[in-house]
Amino acid sequence: MVHTFCQDGRYLALDVDSGAVHMLDELGYEVVSRWEKSSKEEIVEALAGRFARAEIEEVAGEVEELIRNGTLFSHDESLYTPQTALKPGVIKAMCLHVAHDCNLRCKYCFASTGSFHGQRLLMPLEVGKKALDLLVARSGGRKFLEVDFFGGDPMLNFKVVKELVAYGRELEKKYDKKFRFTITTNAYALDEETIEYFNREMSNVVLSVDGRKEVHDAMRPTVKGTGSWDRAMKNAQKVAQARNQQNYYVRGTFTRDNLDFSNDVLALADAGFEQVSVEPVVLSPDSPYALLEEHLPGILEQYDILYKEYVKRRADGRWFSFFHFCVDLQGGPCIKKRLSGCGAGVEYIAVTPDGEIFPCHQFVGRPGYCMGSVITGEIDESIREKFAAAHVLNKEKCASCWARLYCTGGCAANAQAFHDDLTKPYEMECEMEKKRLECAIAVQAAELEG
Amino acid sequence: MKHIKTIANSCINKGAGTGCGECQASCQSACKTSCTVANQSCQNKGEKVYNPARKNA
Repeated sequence: MVHTFCQDGRYLALDVDSGAVHMLDELGYEVVSRWEKSSKEEIVEALAGRFARAEIEEVAGEVEELIRNGTLFSHDESLYTPQTALKPGVIKAMCLHVAHDCNLRCKYCFASTGSFHGQRLLMPLEVGKKALDLLVARSGGRKFLEVDFFGGDPMLNFKVVKELVAYGRELEKKYDKKFRFTITTNAYALDEETIEYFNREMSNVVLSVDGRKEVHDAMRPTVKGTGSWDRAMKNAQKVAQARNQQNYYVRGTFTRDNLDFSNDVLALADAGFEQVSVEPVVLSPDSPYALLEEHLPGILEQYDILYKEYVKRRADGRWFSFFHFCVDLQGGPCIKKRLSGCGAGVEYIAVTPDGEIFPCHQFVGRPGYCMGSVITGEIDESIREKFAAAHVLNKEKCASCWARLYCTGGCAANAQAFHDDLTKPYEMECEMEKKRLECAIAVQAAELEG
Repeated sequence: MKHIKTIANSCINKGAGTGCGECQASCQSACKTSCTVANQSCQNKGEKVYNPARKNA
């Protein structure tokens, strides 16, 4: 399968099974786009009114050479065997909900402004220790273990965060493991001391700031109802600078209230952030902030607008990185990862303040998805198997999709929320992901051309 | 080639030794809401999230 597309006047082709990418001229694009459905003679006839026959034949020769090289219209059946996909084995990553409480009251919060539809709770130290013990015990031969301190806002339980990091360092020595601790925070409660601590102990910091002040303040008020942008922005900028613009992300969310979200991405870049991620909100359609199908054309257009400005800025000295416009075309993850995805419910779990285990942070509080407890150490293996089986090969819609080895079949939490079926991807997510991937490939092409 | 220029060769890593699982869980990196692995690299190649070298530094 080959996906051809045009991004801002640049013609490109992605060979799905090999991952090879080709830049085409207009005639090349026309020929490659027709190749699978028409014979060479039919293609020549179809294009003869617009292009010289000799030129069309020349392109056909180039296509045939690339086919022989295995970089165009390649097909590798061995990629698509269930044995390649993830099986329930070790657990290597954990989202640790140290605080089901928050100092902000964000209107779009999937966690019900921090409580995750339950009580506002802080994780006791002993529960956190049991969570880390379980992670180590279930990690088998994996060396690197990931723990993200999450909330709510984890800064509301920062003392426990620090004690858990210290405990994790002890476990590292004892069991020959390496913890990669990360923290996701709204940046509102940070100070110099915590920023210095982050630099010592956190391999990544995710800072929630939505972009423009008016957009952020409308969605992310404090408990008292006042805006949080001034303080959060100032602190987030300090973190970015203190980390030398590396190993952090400033992460925004866009809703139907800021469908011109490219301006928020650029506002974050203007504020001096070099690592930027702005994500579509995921809410049920009855929410006043939810993104609906009718918004999709405008959203895709925003990615086009952002693409143009992104390429321009990176070339003229205003470099920044947008999470979804990055793609590794030289290496990237192995086929097992490409088929299995995020590993939610299999090798990645979330733990609540009272020690309950869920497949991921998005599933916390959803009925029927509690899969165990760190207190008892028991995990429902049938749920793990169910999530492991929800890989891209078992998703009917993905079989004909060119992006399947890049998006891994979409987010399980979205599939469950919108279709109550882990194997049915959320269509809005699919369309956005495909657009962002086209942009990411085109960015590399544009930068290679210089 | 005159009409087609290859800018990236085969990158789907399917050889022996793949699937070690030492790489970062994709949702832990920055998104927390989507499932892309396109911007991830193999742990054995040394990067967690692919990030091309900053230009014009």
